[in-house]
Amino acid sequence: MSAAPALPDAGARRLPRLLAGLRSDGAHVSLGGHTRTHGALPAPRDLVTMIERSGLTGRGGASFPVAAKLDAVRSGRGRPVVLVNGAEGEPASGKDKVLLGYAPHLVLDGAVLAARALGAREVIVATASRTASAAVSAAAGERRDAGVSIREIVVPDRFVAGEETALVQFVNGGACLPTSTPPRPFERGVNGAPTLVQNAETLAHVALIARNGPDWFRALGTAEEPGSALVTLSGAVRRPGVYEIPLGQTLAELLEDAGGTSAEIQAFLIGGYFGTWIGAADGATVRLADAELAPLDAALGARAIVALPASSCGVVETARVARYLAAESAGQCGPCVHGLAAVANDLGGLLQRRASVDESLLHRRLGIIPGRGACHHPDGAVRFVRSALTVFGDEFARHFQGRGCSGAGKPILPVKVRA
Amino acid sequence: MARQKLRVDRIACDGRGLCAELFPEGIALDEWGFPILRDGAVPPELLKHARRAVAACPTLALRLERVDERRLPLVARGG
Repeated sequence: MSAAPALPDAGARRLPRLLAGLRSDGAHVSLGGHTRTHGALPAPRDLVTMIERSGLTGRGGASFPVAAKLDAVRSGRGRPVVLVNGAEGEPASGKDKVLLGYAPHLVLDGAVLAARALGAREVIVATASRTASAAVSAAAGERRDAGVSIREIVVPDRFVAGEETALVQFVNGGACLPTSTPPRPFERGVNGAPTLVQNAETLAHVALIARNGPDWFRALGTAEEPGSALVTLSGAVRRPGVYEIPLGQTLAELLEDAGGTSAEIQAFLIGGYFGTWIGAADGATVRLADAELAPLDAALGARAIVALPASSCGVVETARVARYLAAESAGQCGPCVHGLAAVANDLGGLLQRRASVDESLLHRRLGIIPGRGACHHPDGAVRFVRSALTVFGDEFARHFQGRGCSGAGKPILPVKVRA
Repeated sequence: MARQKLRVDRIACDGRGLCAELFPEGIALDEWGFPILRDGAVPPELLKHARRAVAACPTLALRLERVDERRLPLVARGG
């Protein structure tokens, strides 16, 4: 592969990569600053093969191989469209807002490179954050990408907004809600064209792989899960925020980078609100890669990690998020609307000492909800709740017996309250 | 004859329940009135009941499709 312009901090194994060259005043990095940090936008002869060799997988939650997706879109009928997914409806996640708001040119580079590889002429950047959208707009105004137009669209700040069919329907003028499949966007999406819906961070990695090559990308991470990734860390840590890690790094090292924990921790939520809990003991040794997390029934997911202090109540936290996820249902499929509401009511009932909640009915409901909605919202919500029932088993037992919390502390998991 | 299985368009489905009434061997209803489909292909001797259920769905949410239909590759839902 071609030699890359030397990065200011030489060495393929160094971090930061995506977060390099950010401004301390919080303004977005200008085109000039971006070029000084990363080099000019390259014109690779065969981007898809480079991406395939790099082993890059999606950073949006499902970790799908990017080259396979590019190939699927490329094989569709009609001129493709590139749709950058910066919706990030997960309340505990901020990485895509950070990238789009502070380093928009990195994401736009990746989108333009993908567009050129696919023969697309249009790039649409979707985000729920007006700040991020304004930064994208300003950055797009600084660029001259021949043959590719860039426009941004602000989507509703809803949990399901980032679901790929919801984004496509919204761009097409409809509601920002998932649609039935087939067809999936890679076949027919924006205006019926094959559409690449790709997470903003994933495209930022594309931009750097195109410059530095697959081997450079693989110098960090593991053989099966190469590269670096952004994670959002929050909860009882001294410096919550967005961090860039090599995949496979221990959670302990990440916590150290964040200044350590600010209280004794009882559990970690891994992967945001469709993710799962792991106990503090597992958290002490676990590595942040899907292969390492799988034995604990966990996965990186939305790459949002929350440290739950011992002073909080796992039942209270789970009930709040379950209520939120039920409210965030698109409202289109019975098992999701009714099922998640019933589960939320059951968990809410546990918080009232005198209410008696049927534990076996709750488990039966959790058993029959997954797989019966048009999208994976009900599946993710059930996964989260089931995991809580396991990891906070003792606390749930207290509540099922009507004995209430052993300690509630302040609310930790954020939810968005709608008027 | 090719093996067939039932599939529900979960957005179109309104929980009317005619399907479960006409084909109880293959379709049950959850506590909220929405269909739970039995896994796997419909036994050939029961296909006529399955077809009756498909025809009766008021929202056209229920359909029969071939089991060996070429499945499109699963693609991530967010990127």
